Amino acid sequence: MELKTKINAEPGKQELTITREFDLPVELLFKAHAEPGLIEQWMSNPYATSKMLKFEGRKHGSYQQESTDANGKVVFKANGAFHEFVPNQKITRTFEMENAPLGVQLEIYQFEKLTDNTSRLNMHVIYESGAIRDQVLKTPFAPGLTMAHDRIQDIMNKLK
Amino acid sequence: MNLRRDVFQAIADPTRRAILLLVASQSMTAGAIAANFNTARPTVSKHLQILTECKLLKQEQNGREINYQLNPDKMKEIAAFIEPFRKMWDDRFNKLETVMKNYKPKK
Repeated sequence: MELKTKINAEPGKQELTITREFDLPVELLFKAHAEPGLIEQWMSNPYATSKMLKFEGRKHGSYQQESTDANGKVVFKANGAFHEFVPNQKITRTFEMENAPLGVQLEIYQFEKLTDNTSRLNMHVIYESGAIRDQVLKTPFAPGLTMAHDRIQDIMNKLK
Repeated sequence: MNLRRDVFQAIADPTRRAILLLVASQSMTAGAIAANFNTARPTVSKHLQILTECKLLKQEQNGREINYQLNPDKMKEIAAFIEPFRKMWDDRFNKLETVMKNYKPKK
């Protein structure tokens, strides 16, 4: 299956870009990133429920999120601050995973209108070092590969 | 094998990336590779050793000479390492799309 999401991570660099086109107007794409209730929905999966503990979608605002497994155990906690929050255009924020030696990353989200009903998200993520970027790319997701496959299958089945 | 001999460590170094680009077009001897760099010959040898240990380069005996050539299978493995990360985001974004499509009528 062709994935719509493109990731560019050049060897030796401390950044990466994630690009994805959506079959959604740019207003809805932005809304999905600006309303905690909606973020929780698309960040959750059958293995982990995402919850925004705090979400101040504005310049100088901050956020805090956690994910819990089926037994209610917290498996992931992260936080950061917004530096820019321009509706339907741009979000600049920091992101830090708690209890993980991966430092703080800077994330720049650009929301781009393509047509009235389609849009593109360009994410630029900058890590503290190239080694940390590679660590993020490799470790947490390698064992999750089959899990990710299962999730895609689930979602596709629902769409049938 | 040393833990440091990891393909990702190998390609994190600019000289080693330059070596990979050099031998991508044709197999070369250590001497011919070293001639392209200002660094000392032993340094280049060390880089070749690391690239060989992590199987990015293959050695080929040619008479008294050893030629180094690129191992395309191992290079493919590097390209593949990003796939789980990409799938995770693709999965999330698919869900985002579904969530927001359902949201539309309520607007």
